[in-house]
Amino acid sequence: MASQKSIINQPLPKLFREWNVGKVAAFTMLVGISIMFIVPFLWMISTSLKEPSDLVGTNWIPARFAWENFRDAFSFGMWPQWTTNTLIITISSVIGQVVSSSIVAYSFSRLRWRGRDLLFSLVLATMMLPGVVTMIPQFVLFAKLPAFGFQGSKVWINTFLPLIVPAFTGSAFYIFLLRQFMRAIPMELSEAARMEGAGELRIWWSIILPLCKPVLATVAIFTFNGVWQDFMGPLLYLQSEKLYTLQLGLRQFEAAAGGSPAWHWLMAASLLVMLPVLLIFVFFQQYFIEGISFSGMGGR
Amino acid sequence: MTAETSKIKRLFLRPAQKEELTGWLFALPWIIGFLLFTFGPMMYSLITSFSNYNIIKPPEWIGFENYETMFTKDPLFYKSLYNTFWMVIIKTPLVLLASISIALLLNIKMPGEKFFRGIIYLPNVLSGVAAIFLWQWILSPKGLFNTFLDLIGIKGPSWFVDPVWTKPGMVVMGMWWIGSGVIIYLAGLKGIPQELYEAASIDGAEGWTKIWNITLPLLSPTIFFQVVTSIIGAFQIFTTALILSGTDSALGGPGQSMLFYVLYLYNRAFGRVGVGGLQMGYASALAWVLFAIILIITAIQLWFSKRWVYYESGE
Repeated sequence: MASQKSIINQPLPKLFREWNVGKVAAFTMLVGISIMFIVPFLWMISTSLKEPSDLVGTNWIPARFAWENFRDAFSFGMWPQWTTNTLIITISSVIGQVVSSSIVAYSFSRLRWRGRDLLFSLVLATMMLPGVVTMIPQFVLFAKLPAFGFQGSKVWINTFLPLIVPAFTGSAFYIFLLRQFMRAIPMELSEAARMEGAGELRIWWSIILPLCKPVLATVAIFTFNGVWQDFMGPLLYLQSEKLYTLQLGLRQFEAAAGGSPAWHWLMAASLLVMLPVLLIFVFFQQYFIEGISFSGMGGR
Repeated sequence: MTAETSKIKRLFLRPAQKEELTGWLFALPWIIGFLLFTFGPMMYSLITSFSNYNIIKPPEWIGFENYETMFTKDPLFYKSLYNTFWMVIIKTPLVLLASISIALLLNIKMPGEKFFRGIIYLPNVLSGVAAIFLWQWILSPKGLFNTFLDLIGIKGPSWFVDPVWTKPGMVVMGMWWIGSGVIIYLAGLKGIPQELYEAASIDGAEGWTKIWNITLPLLSPTIFFQVVTSIIGAFQIFTTALILSGTDSALGGPGQSMLFYVLYLYNRAFGRVGVGGLQMGYASALAWVLFAIILIITAIQLWFSKRWVYYESGE
């Protein structure tokens, strides 16, 4: 490890001086691979700025920059409403997931109680469970649970409830992630606080959570991405158009065109729907990398 | 008043007991969620799978009939099974090979490492409908990808229009999402002690020998975990198939070539009655068969893992 660090810390020219044929080849390959990964995005941007007549063929620079696509693409449907819906569902789920996963993780990592380790293996086991097995019975359940007129519905189906409430029960992967992190926080911190008479809820909130900020950010970001882009959930549970999310809205392009959509509009709309996710990635890249690296640790 | 009650409580609950109670209380959200949204539904679905049920009328017990129909009278069941296995068998090794190779490249110390890593991971943050549309556009018959193939003298196929090429198209598209695997392998590679390589160098080992004898064995737990989880994922392809088959989705696109298992299950449960929909009992039986298949395949992998997965002693 020490030898690696010293290489990084040295000024760039030295690093370049250590190059050999193999390194140059690897570098070139990575440049090539990166271009292949970035080209679809560029193509998307290019298409979103083209006029319909410009869509045939593969010129990268549009003949005329058709900025109006970003307005016209939204001429049908209820996009402002769909955006609001998506925001409500996403933000509620993020709050629910962060609070519940962290409090459950706290219990699994910093409190001692009988049955804890057994129950935690059950948490881990559910991570391997294919979601399909619960898809139908959950639908039946939500079709029976009363919503008492919430969002104009008698049952949970066709409300946001099936999409939001489960987030408040925590999710196995995030509980696992937070538990591992909380375990590493010295127990003495909790004991000192208990001496001073602090309750567990207080210790969780004002001592442990502040120390977990980086992991909480990872949980929040992953949840945001997952919910913002969830397609299957809204497809199953939201039926009236005014409750649609952006993902369901995008699919309306296909339906409106009866098969082959207007690509310039579809790409413009897709780009805008992706934008929050892309921005979050640009600003918080390290949280993604850390979260994903951790998910591979299951094998160790 | 409250001070008094808490005093009484303290009299009765010793600290250890109190911790016990708080522990259960704090874990309660997950326990409720598990019972209500996972375990309960699973049991319900198991029972439903032995019945004829369309949500409107109460379920009617029919024993093993759903399972019998599935295996003896349902060609679409076999079609969807074939399509799904095709993806699992073709895509998994290709993704494995590509992501380990890229991770090995990224593990070489060089300038721009973080930049490359970011670019390669980037598509993974995009899981929604928008990204699928993007690839449908790129892989359209006269699209960007085929133009590129033209340049190197290959006549590109019609991809998502031609039943033979829909699944290969999905494999090509899937390569855009190998970034998270790459990051996981990279994390595994960084965990391999540098001294091992140095020791091997002293013994005169060269590039490939080192990869074969040090890197891959030490990476094998990560590879194993990745293969298991990605196979479980591949069995559940849904959104991509639904979007790509468009208005044809009830049939799974051209020639039913994208009728994957979960899409078929979805059609049987939530599709129109005309395409065999609203059969919750039958669809539940399909779900349990898939669960069984995944369990068996995971068990086989666990069994074989003893032969190739290397765990450092003491772990």
